[in-house]
Amino acid sequence: MTKVKDQMMIDTLAQAAREGTISRRSFMHYSMAAGMTATAATGLWTTKAQAEPKRGGTFRIAQHDGNTGDSHDPGLYESNAEILNAHTHRAFLTMINTDGTLGPDVASEWSATADASEWTFKLNPKATFHSGGKVTAEDVVASMNFHRGDATTSAAKALLASVTDIVADDEHTVTFKMDAGNADLPWLMTDYHLVILPRNDDGTANWQSGDGCGPYVLKDWKPGVSASFTRHEDWHGEGAYFDAVEVTYINDPNARQTALVTGDVDATSLLENKTMSLLMRQPDVDIINIPSAQAITMPMFCDQAPFDNVDVRKALKLSMNREELVEKIAFGAATVGNDFHHSPAMPYWPEGIEQTQYDPDQAKSLLKKAGMENLSVSFSTADSITAGAVDLAILYSEQAKASGIDIKAVREPNDGYYSDVWLKKPWCMVVWGARPTPDVMYSLAYKDDAAWNESHWQNEEFNKLLLQAKAELDDSLRAEMYRDMAILAKDDGGTIIPFFPNFVYGIRKNVGTTGEYAASWHMDGYRAASRWWFNA
Amino acid sequence: MGDILGLVGKRLGLGLVILLIISVIIFFMVELLPGDIAEAVLGQGATKENLAAMREQMGLNQPAIWRYLQWLGGALTLDFGSSIVTQEPVMSVIGARFANTLFLAAYAAVIAVPFAIILGVIVALLRNTVFDRVANVLTLTSISSPEFFLGYILILFFSVKWGMFPAIASLSEGMSFADLLERTFLPALTLVLVVVAHMMRMTRAAIINLLASPYIEMARLKGAPPWKVIVKHALPNAWAPIINVVALNLAYLITGVVLVEVVFVYPGVGQALVDAVSKRDFPVVQACCLIFAATFILLNLAADVGAILTNPRLRHPK
Repeated sequence: MTKVKDQMMIDTLAQAAREGTISRRSFMHYSMAAGMTATAATGLWTTKAQAEPKRGGTFRIAQHDGNTGDSHDPGLYESNAEILNAHTHRAFLTMINTDGTLGPDVASEWSATADASEWTFKLNPKATFHSGGKVTAEDVVASMNFHRGDATTSAAKALLASVTDIVADDEHTVTFKMDAGNADLPWLMTDYHLVILPRNDDGTANWQSGDGCGPYVLKDWKPGVSASFTRHEDWHGEGAYFDAVEVTYINDPNARQTALVTGDVDATSLLENKTMSLLMRQPDVDIINIPSAQAITMPMFCDQAPFDNVDVRKALKLSMNREELVEKIAFGAATVGNDFHHSPAMPYWPEGIEQTQYDPDQAKSLLKKAGMENLSVSFSTADSITAGAVDLAILYSEQAKASGIDIKAVREPNDGYYSDVWLKKPWCMVVWGARPTPDVMYSLAYKDDAAWNESHWQNEEFNKLLLQAKAELDDSLRAEMYRDMAILAKDDGGTIIPFFPNFVYGIRKNVGTTGEYAASWHMDGYRAASRWWFNA
Repeated sequence: MGDILGLVGKRLGLGLVILLIISVIIFFMVELLPGDIAEAVLGQGATKENLAAMREQMGLNQPAIWRYLQWLGGALTLDFGSSIVTQEPVMSVIGARFANTLFLAAYAAVIAVPFAIILGVIVALLRNTVFDRVANVLTLTSISSPEFFLGYILILFFSVKWGMFPAIASLSEGMSFADLLERTFLPALTLVLVVVAHMMRMTRAAIINLLASPYIEMARLKGAPPWKVIVKHALPNAWAPIINVVALNLAYLITGVVLVEVVFVYPGVGQALVDAVSKRDFPVVQACCLIFAATFILLNLAADVGAILTNPRLRHPK
């Protein structure tokens, strides 16, 4: 009898899952309550419950951050509109899967030498450019060399700085040689600049034509206005269910929202957190709210008073009520930070590290110990950093009053913030885009000699571990090192991380998805066009 | 007739002089900014050598006067140089967008101008009645509200609630004219609401002003019906101020629609200008400013000529 009941419940669950009215997590929860094992429930979710992807239709996207000056030059990719383009008509060697793991794109497999200083990528022989030619190792070499050398203007130059040579071993094999081991190289290949381009006869990469080997062919592109794509029938990957994709660049958040609600588009990037709860009441719209590796940071110059005293840094960390900031500034759509720049959306996330709590009493006693009971500091911020950036600074300053700290929130002009304030003022607010791995993030902004070491933090042990972890191919050993580094950054580091903002975007109910979304970018890592489909 | 041609010619000449002065201001204002275009292009990666090379390549080493003349010469043939950001000719960046802006302005004007004038005549006829009051309150409310607010209100009712018109006015290639009119109806309506009040109230005021004149009294005494008194006797003498206001509003429709473009995602020239300013794309900014200035001058010229043509006293000066 219970068996029949359980079966009924499982059928109901499967139905709910097909209609998208239940999340994967709830599905697993109730399925197991109905007597299924975890493995069986997972199997059911993927095979029976999840709607079969259907082919066809024109997928219309409203995309933020489209500019008249956007370009096809992958070295100059910067805006979200360009990054959406990169993932739609171009392809990469590897990609970040919806579950956050690393998967194949143009490269089907890869391996490293024992010291991780040489990586070999095997290319998918099915990969073809829209213009017709096969993707060969020579194309990959040309595409990567575009970002290397003295003459390049590419923003990805630093990313490939440790690469000494890239050689085509045969038509479908490429080897990257580096001056030191880097276990993260396959992850670096997901960087949005590193698209695979066709090679010119002289060995340079041809980016001007807009040709690529991605899931869709770019038909028409008016920068800052619109873009249209049709399916690349010979694409090497799984998916690309839509026949065509149309992108309208809408920079006004209200207009994006309206377009989604009225059905003028099927999906929109970047919705405002403050209207999220209202939009959720719309019957035809689903809001996707994904924890990400973007971060708000507050670096203090560790070599400048009063921040050169670790007790002061600790007191400032203890004077922040992070839950309140997440609730009131991010409207709940953020993950609480713990002062190490490693979000749960990144690999090797160290679980179980003690969360720094709001504790004005302890902060007071630390300040007393440091002899700075009436600490008064200036904190620079600007509106353009993130929605509510100035409010965040003011709220934090109120919270810190309980510890007897006077934080003067200074509102700087938006224009030139990153050239005049960031890296110049001793304490300011910064927003960081999502990086794929902790190594990339730490090397960029926490390593002792990094140009962007925004807190001037020098910790010998941290830097030693950073280099060790970089070349370590054993995942569990690596995870252990990142845990130690996280604890060092949390207790000794000069950066306060209040929270990691989520990606918040929206789709119409008739759009089918796997229920899991990559946390690397908006819109399922900007691969919505090739991963989603229309249900009806 | 010859007099009129002479008058128009004189006005046209004056307009050109003003345009020339404006072009000087636009060109040298950019010169006054700290740094130069070469520094703007190269950004933080600028070194002494590549700055020098870039200046040479862009001809920035020549005297400013000479560069101004070259720019002006180019502008006469609609060649405004190349955009700094995209390296494309300026006209290919803003040409199509300017056409879109003109289309939207024309669409709004075709509705707004006749509507405003007819409404103005009617409220002058029915002055101080309930209809007059209501029309005045409504139009004054719409002109007093910011455009983006009006836009959102229209979107709320016409798209979200009733689903009659699309909320975004994005254009695509090969759209039929009927589709185009439907897509751009809401932005056009927003603009209509913004400009109607000014024109309607000027029509009303100009007519009522004349109603106390002896010749209107005469028309009434000879037994002409009230509508005839207004349309045949008062209106012809009221044209001059009305035309001036119409011209001003037409110019506004072309140069003041940035907010409407943003709300309705309409690919007009306003958005391109804002983008260009934030990216320091001087050639595009200069071209837009010059085109806007020319539009203003041309429309004002048209208003002057119109006022002269409708006024026999000006047509035949002693």
